[in-house]
Amino acid sequence: MSLLSGHGIDYRIDSIQILEAIDIRVDAGELVGLIGPNGAGKSSLLRLLTGVEACTQGEVRFDDLPLGQISAALRAQRMGYLVQGAMAYWPFSVEKVIELGRIPYQKWWQQVSSDDQKIVEEAMTKTETLAYRNRIVTTLSGGEQTLVMLARIFATQPDLIFADEPVAALDPYHQLHVMEILRGHATAKRAAIVVLHDLGLAARFCDRLYLLNHGRLHCSGSVSEVLTRENIAEVYGVDSQIDCNEKGISVTSLSRISDHHP
Amino acid sequence: MNIKALKASTLYGILLPVLLLVLALALNVGPVDIDPGKAIQDWFNDRITIESLILFDVRLPRSLLAMLIGATLGLAGASLQGLLRNPLAEPGIIGVSNGAALGAVIVFYYGIAGVAWFLLPLGGLIGALVAMLVIFLLVGRNRSIITLILAGIAINAIGGALIALALNFAESPYAMQEIVFWLLGSVSNRSVNELYIAMPFMLVGWGMILYCGRFLNALTLGEETATSMGFNVARMRLVLILGVTASVGASVSVAGNIGFIGLVVPHLIRPFVAYEPRRLLLSSAITGAILLLVADIVVQVFSDNGEMKLGVITALVGAPFFLFLILKSRNVLQ
Repeated sequence: MSLLSGHGIDYRIDSIQILEAIDIRVDAGELVGLIGPNGAGKSSLLRLLTGVEACTQGEVRFDDLPLGQISAALRAQRMGYLVQGAMAYWPFSVEKVIELGRIPYQKWWQQVSSDDQKIVEEAMTKTETLAYRNRIVTTLSGGEQTLVMLARIFATQPDLIFADEPVAALDPYHQLHVMEILRGHATAKRAAIVVLHDLGLAARFCDRLYLLNHGRLHCSGSVSEVLTRENIAEVYGVDSQIDCNEKGISVTSLSRISDHHP
Repeated sequence: MNIKALKASTLYGILLPVLLLVLALALNVGPVDIDPGKAIQDWFNDRITIESLILFDVRLPRSLLAMLIGATLGLAGASLQGLLRNPLAEPGIIGVSNGAALGAVIVFYYGIAGVAWFLLPLGGLIGALVAMLVIFLLVGRNRSIITLILAGIAINAIGGALIALALNFAESPYAMQEIVFWLLGSVSNRSVNELYIAMPFMLVGWGMILYCGRFLNALTLGEETATSMGFNVARMRLVLILGVTASVGASVSVAGNIGFIGLVVPHLIRPFVAYEPRRLLLSSAITGAILLLVADIVVQVFSDNGEMKLGVITALVGAPFFLFLILKSRNVLQ
């Protein structure tokens, strides 16, 4: 049984078609990559799958229940959503930001309990953010901030993590660190779905890929099925070289294809 | 830079005794010197004397009103700054203050303020309600916070323009003076009646605002993240704005516009609660109560003939102080 599935998802904003007829599923233990050019609808799809926005047509099911039938609080406990460019608007300490991850378990009058505190410590250990727990989050580097935001999600202890371009502006060290953490999460009954622009990282870490183009699903499947020269040429409009060796698949963009109209 | 918040017990352990102290002080201040001990004795023995009348019918309602209004302004300011994630927000920003003021001014304008004591606060409450309805018609289902702020500015401007119109065509210089003095904001010459009419709205409003504390914390990470954390952002925003409208509308209805408390107090407290919007709420309410009581004491001590209005002193002290706070904290709030 899939942990999360979407069937025939349509999404329109003011009669502009953003997504059309998308079928998608995430199984337990999987790290699923969502790839495609800018404006393909990746972030929109993620928002629909998390339930932050509602589909115009179609249905999203989590644990075989329609999203609408799961209470907002339970959804918030079982799914963690790392928005693109996540940031804190007030100069919170790192630890305080991570404590926010316990909100879905608190009633409106409740404070952080000692149990919560323990879970927050674990989340900091897992993301290696303990060292700067007392620093102000807005003064951290981009890579450190992403790790803190990820730790906030781990403090919620969700089954499914949605991450929207978590490594977009990070250096290679932090890119690998974030991807390793997400990979580590996607085991046993848990899973993660991540929007990526870096096809090399997608090839290296993801179990399956969904390639979106103009709001439609171009193709989906294993890394070697999706990342072909033909698919990349058709969707991204670039000529590429794909190397397979014992270390995995790497994708190099060579040149733009002149007759491609994005 | 590290910011370590005070423990809740330490924070309230300082604020609450200070509040009680200031309240005791306020009850001892007035144009007539009385012996509070004798006043309390007389009151308990059901003897109506000058002392007991002054203490229980004049000073107590006035001080309680100052306390409640100060708390309302502090709480409303802190919650709106949290909602808009903007440290420049103040209770008047959503247009309710000027709406309430306009309602009261209309009562003055038609010269019916003296007919019954409740007409003035009633006019204020109706004005606040109308302002809020207009705002919700304008923003309605629109999710943008910018629209809300702009609508608030527009409502404030319309309220201000109509108040100016009323002043322009005021019947007599005396009526005009009455309106202007009322607008400046004051809690003098108020009775328990004003307390009774304002308090229910304030208490309900406070409850609604405090209920939003957890939501304001979640909003620190943005609206989308707050939604994913299980909050219906549009509904929580509505609850908070209704709470601010009820409590601030009631405040302005009985005391006129008292500025800068709602703007300055959250800035004062924020470092001590490590910038956490939720912990800021209650502490800002108590601090607002303390500051407005102090301001009211100052007003009474330093007026010989013709009392200085409360709103004048909060602005006189609050505005430069606000500038000082901005200069001091500009590094933290980039």
